[in-house]
Amino acid sequence: MKKYWWKILGIILLIYSIIMGLLGHVPALPIVHETIRNVYFHVPMWFTMFTLYIVSVVYSIKYLSSANPQHDFVAVESVNVGIIFCIFGLLSGMLWANFTWGAPWPNDPKLNGSAIATLMYLAYLVLRNALEEEQKRARISAIYNIFAFPIMIALMYILPKTTDSLHPGAGGNSGFGQFDLDGSMKAVLYPASLGWILIGIWLMTLRFRIRKLEYQNHTATL
Amino acid sequence: MSLFKEVKSLIRKDIVLEWRSKYAINGIVLYVVSTVFVCYQAFKSVDPTTWNALFWIILLFASVNAINKSFVQESRSRQFYYYTIASAKAIILSKIVYNMLMMLLLSSIAYLVYSIIFSTPLGDPILYLIAVSLGGIGFAAVFTMVSAISAKAGNNSTLMAILSFPIIIPLLLVLIKVSKNAMDGLERSISYDELTVLAAINILTVAISLLLFPYLWRD
Repeated sequence: MKKYWWKILGIILLIYSIIMGLLGHVPALPIVHETIRNVYFHVPMWFTMFTLYIVSVVYSIKYLSSANPQHDFVAVESVNVGIIFCIFGLLSGMLWANFTWGAPWPNDPKLNGSAIATLMYLAYLVLRNALEEEQKRARISAIYNIFAFPIMIALMYILPKTTDSLHPGAGGNSGFGQFDLDGSMKAVLYPASLGWILIGIWLMTLRFRIRKLEYQNHTATL
Repeated sequence: MSLFKEVKSLIRKDIVLEWRSKYAINGIVLYVVSTVFVCYQAFKSVDPTTWNALFWIILLFASVNAINKSFVQESRSRQFYYYTIASAKAIILSKIVYNMLMMLLLSSIAYLVYSIIFSTPLGDPILYLIAVSLGGIGFAAVFTMVSAISAKAGNNSTLMAILSFPIIIPLLLVLIKVSKNAMDGLERSISYDELTVLAAINILTVAISLLLFPYLWRD
């Protein structure tokens, strides 16, 4: 119980956010109407992705100072799971954009920035496949990961703010905070984000453990 | 030897090596000129937005090709020799500075050839030249580190492209914006923000390269 309480918490928060997200009270808004509920599912994806990428860059830095292969496994599995959340974030965003902006992919800096940042992390995985030797692969991909991280922040969070954008919270637009007068949306959004972050970390640790076992098997047979 | 002295002699070594063969710089200048000609023959005349985008695409590919070679032109044993006499920081710094100098030369040549052959009215040629120089320096700063990474990974050019293109996009977007402002002859104060961002990106990439390269060169 001591060890896995946070996994149970993640499941409970997720169930709460799905039920309250679909049934709870939301402000009546023009254009977005009831699709405002997507905020409970779209936004947590990005929070989770960002958390996982931070975990990844922290473990890449740790790998460079320790040369412990397990740190490298955490770094790569965080990116693997982060990319899945990024894809779901893009898909839920496209669904929403199709309804509110009229097209799934308008030429918008926030969308393009996210897509390019995803390409960068896919390139990280390709770089890993290009390197045969394990220690060299871990070290060089850690370096690329650290190098790419500030660029990812610039692409997704800084550049869209400086130009015109349709996306809330970018290009001088306000976020949804101003519509949430009684705090009823925050009461769902924040637990939902925490729940998805916990589930994302859970997925990462599962994949990490599989990779660790494979590594142990591999070194044992040698 | 102090870091500054090491960097200075390493840059001199690079320049002397290049001057003896003149292979890389001639090759890349020819590459730029022939690409400009191909584009000229294909497009004949273009509107200003396309003109601007085309120039940056030509410069992007030229700089990838130019900088791709910076860590593989010398033999492994000679590189080991450098690491015994100079610090890793001095080596990456000298490569970055040398590539910046080469890119400054290359981008000015590209700009000159491009604007002569593909003439188009420019509102503010000085600001455009500043954007081109800052762009060349920025390309050099980013691509040097990426070429060091891809050289360690067997140096295939596909890897260089997929590693560097997503990373260069923020820089490229800002550059295209500044140079479009310069083309339209807008007030210079409008572009100050972007110029600051360009300088900040350059300083940031050089700083990260300096921090990370000492981990990269060891085999």
